Amino acid sequence: MVSQEVAIGVRGVSHQFGEMGEQRFVRALLDTSLAVSRGELLCLIGPSGCGKSTLLNVIGGLTQPSAGSVEVLGKPVRGPSPHDIAFVFQENALFPWNTVIENIELGMTFQGVPKSQRAGRAKEALAAVGLAEFAAHYPAQLSGGMRQRAALARALSLETPILLMDEPFGALDEQTRMILGEDLSVLLAKSGKTIVFVTHSLGEAVFLADRVAVFSARPGTIKEIIAVDEPHPRRPDFVTSEKFAVLRNRLYGLLHDEIRKAVLQAGAASAPVPSGPL
Amino acid sequence: MAPRTRDAWLSRLVQVAFLAGVILLWYVATTRWGVNRLLLPNPVAVFGDLVEILRTGAYVDDLMTTLGELAAAFSIAVAGGLTTGYLISRSAYLTKVFEPLFAGIYAIPIILFLPLFVLFFGLGPASKIAIGATISFFPITLSTIAGFSGVDRLYVTAARSMGASDAHLFRFVLLPAALPVILTGLRMGFTVALLSIIGSETLASLGGLGHRIVTLAESMEMAPMFAYIVFVIAIASVLNAIVSTLEARGRWDR
Repeated sequence: MVSQEVAIGVRGVSHQFGEMGEQRFVRALLDTSLAVSRGELLCLIGPSGCGKSTLLNVIGGLTQPSAGSVEVLGKPVRGPSPHDIAFVFQENALFPWNTVIENIELGMTFQGVPKSQRAGRAKEALAAVGLAEFAAHYPAQLSGGMRQRAALARALSLETPILLMDEPFGALDEQTRMILGEDLSVLLAKSGKTIVFVTHSLGEAVFLADRVAVFSARPGTIKEIIAVDEPHPRRPDFVTSEKFAVLRNRLYGLLHDEIRKAVLQAGAASAPVPSGPL
Repeated sequence: MAPRTRDAWLSRLVQVAFLAGVILLWYVATTRWGVNRLLLPNPVAVFGDLVEILRTGAYVDDLMTTLGELAAAFSIAVAGGLTTGYLISRSAYLTKVFEPLFAGIYAIPIILFLPLFVLFFGLGPASKIAIGATISFFPITLSTIAGFSGVDRLYVTAARSMGASDAHLFRFVLLPAALPVILTGLRMGFTVALLSIIGSETLASLGGLGHRIVTLAESMEMAPMFAYIVFVIAIASVLNAIVSTLEARGRWDR
């Protein structure tokens, strides 16, 4: 499934918020380069505030980097490219004044899908995430896990070759995360999409990714990339395998020092520590 | 918002009983306690006059004057308030400058400027329209600024990532997101427009329900005056119920 062709090329991207000397000046990303192959699922993992989400926004054209360039499908990124890239955000990016199906159709309206195709594609996407019966519900009437399924359906309905997911399960409990992770693996194995997935969870990264890119503490840059080398869709018993444990432990070792550094930077012991398996 | 639980029904019952008690006190005060009929007419006489007013249609001209003023004033305030509020909300600088300024003006009793309005626009409906529009402009503008400024950035980012144009963004994201707050401002604007128009009719005018009440008071015709007051309360309640229903129907956040 993973080809050699590069879908996303990040070259020497640095990003800072504010100007040097200002109170709010933060160097979020430092000279980061990365190549994501077509059909690959790459997880970005790292301490809080290391610039993972910033990198995702730069790839998606939502943030202009201070330095460096990004190419997506051979074209330089200068702004949002809704036909190539769809986002799934951390939580509650569904419009609360629209029903689930209206949310999905509205995404396609924005993207420019002809009206005649919207209803059919929305129903298909909802069925794919197992929410067919909840089309007429409002987001507030759904659980957190169902809301994220709906957000995923909205992204899938856009039929983009690339999916960028920013801690999509970050606000969910462990059980819901596990089920969503398994379903996502099955769903994405069929789709052949190129995916960049930001997560805090070591288990989630190993379970979903073809490769895991580990970020250093701020200013963030990629410290090491680890290949998982396990076919998709991942079986639920992959989590209990020796291979999973070895990879997870290796990630833990790489991350541990960076998280300590990040906690010291923040001046408080509030930065999250990697959670248990998935 | 119909009361659903037994508790809600009980509260409603107490409210009705309270009003009935007030009317009963009123009745007893005029029949048994010897309160001067010139100061406080008998409720039965008031009711009789109310029926008479409704039957003869004597209220029609005054009602039309007041409702006409209200419609004109509120339309001007809505058009001006929504436009001004939206334009100010688009700039952080303008919001920082004008939001506290308008909030300050909203807090002063603009009705004090009524004499000035009368000098400018005369005793007729124009001065009522002008003062009603001015007073209701501020809550509408302030809530429009608050509504548009308070839109969660994530919704805008999500819409942009899916390719939303500026027109898409306004119609499908900013407007619905701001609507609950704006609707509250519109209801408040409507209420203050009604209050200030009837109030200024009682102070300086040639017609309208407020004018009628003052004229009757000046000629000591207490029973018909009270009948008109009851009539105005009924009209105001109906208008308020309509506006509140419209507000509730337009909201997605309840």
